Amino acid sequence: MKNAVHAVIISSALLMAGATSALAGASEADFKAAYAAAEAANKEAGSLRNQWTTTASTLAAAKKAADSGNFDQAVAESREAEALVKASIYQATSEKETWKAMEIH
Amino acid sequence: MRSAIQFASAALALAVLSFGVVPSIAADAPNPVADTKAFQKYFTDKFPKLKLEDFVNGPYSMNEDMHKQWEEKEQFPPYDFSLDLGKELFAKPFKNGKTYADCFANGGVGIRQNYPAFDEKEGKVITLELALNRCREANGEAPISYVKDDMAALTAYMAFTSRGKPFDIKIPGDPRALEAYENGKRYFYTRRGQLNFSCASCHVQNPGERIRAEILAPALGILNAMPIYRSEWGGMGTISRRFTSCNSQIRGVPLEPQSDEYRDLEYYLSYVSNGLPISGPGARP
Repeated sequence: MKNAVHAVIISSALLMAGATSALAGASEADFKAAYAAAEAANKEAGSLRNQWTTTASTLAAAKKAADSGNFDQAVAESREAEALVKASIYQATSEKETWKAMEIH
Repeated sequence: MRSAIQFASAALALAVLSFGVVPSIAADAPNPVADTKAFQKYFTDKFPKLKLEDFVNGPYSMNEDMHKQWEEKEQFPPYDFSLDLGKELFAKPFKNGKTYADCFANGGVGIRQNYPAFDEKEGKVITLELALNRCREANGEAPISYVKDDMAALTAYMAFTSRGKPFDIKIPGDPRALEAYENGKRYFYTRRGQLNFSCASCHVQNPGERIRAEILAPALGILNAMPIYRSEWGGMGTISRRFTSCNSQIRGVPLEPQSDEYRDLEYYLSYVSNGLPISGPGARP
């Protein structure tokens, strides 16, 4: 069980590392595009009834960075949020069948 | 970034495969009676020293020290204030002169063990919390919060009047009832949240074990003690509070209280604890 938890934590860390290597000198338009993509994906996670709290807080951080004019960070946070959403969608989709593996018989 | 996502996907898949005991995949038709038998046997086999009815004491049943703590707590139970308030609220007439007693069988006394119930007219599960708010609305009163305060007090009082009565949840012949039960079961075993936990990860695979400073309760009998005064919360909480806070703890966005999913989950969890006595209101660390 500990290994499995580690795998998920490491994967999340890698997601964040990949997502935060955003382009330098990002514009407001870059932020808007990245944020819209993350938000759209999060709506899909919502329709699957499986949004993550970390996605919501990362989206909020993206907006906060954009509001302060730091579009590099805003884009990085948006991309991180999108990566988290994609993992939550994967989880919800795969669990449609794999939940049965844990059932008591 | 794409490779990072692929890695995460693979890691999640790996986690699914490597997490704890994995019984064989079910392919049979739904059979709640067989499920209940297997569910209860799993826990009594895992904790052979416990009697079936002991499971309603949650973590306090798990070892001798905890049980002593529970006995001491029960001398001056922290839910007493809520219980008194619940009794008062239950008897207090609405503006139209009616009371909660007018909405329930037997005046609402000694009926907790029959909830949640499946309403064949509506085709959905009706929990006690939902029935209380519907009672208010039918009598021209505004609904109250599902998670604590007055709702916890009212359900505490109703549970108290049912103490010792075994859970007696029915699944009528309506196929929608069986579907609700199955949906609840699926929700219980489905992993969610960034921590990739299902309800069963903690309450089936690891009861009695610690998660940080807490001892995890067994899923068997977990709702019999509701509502509870929880030291961690610093107050009372309902079943709705329990479900939403569990989801938050695994970094999942909680659903709205009394959503279909939570109602079905309560139906499933209560059904598989049929025969175990109501012990609510309870107290937990």
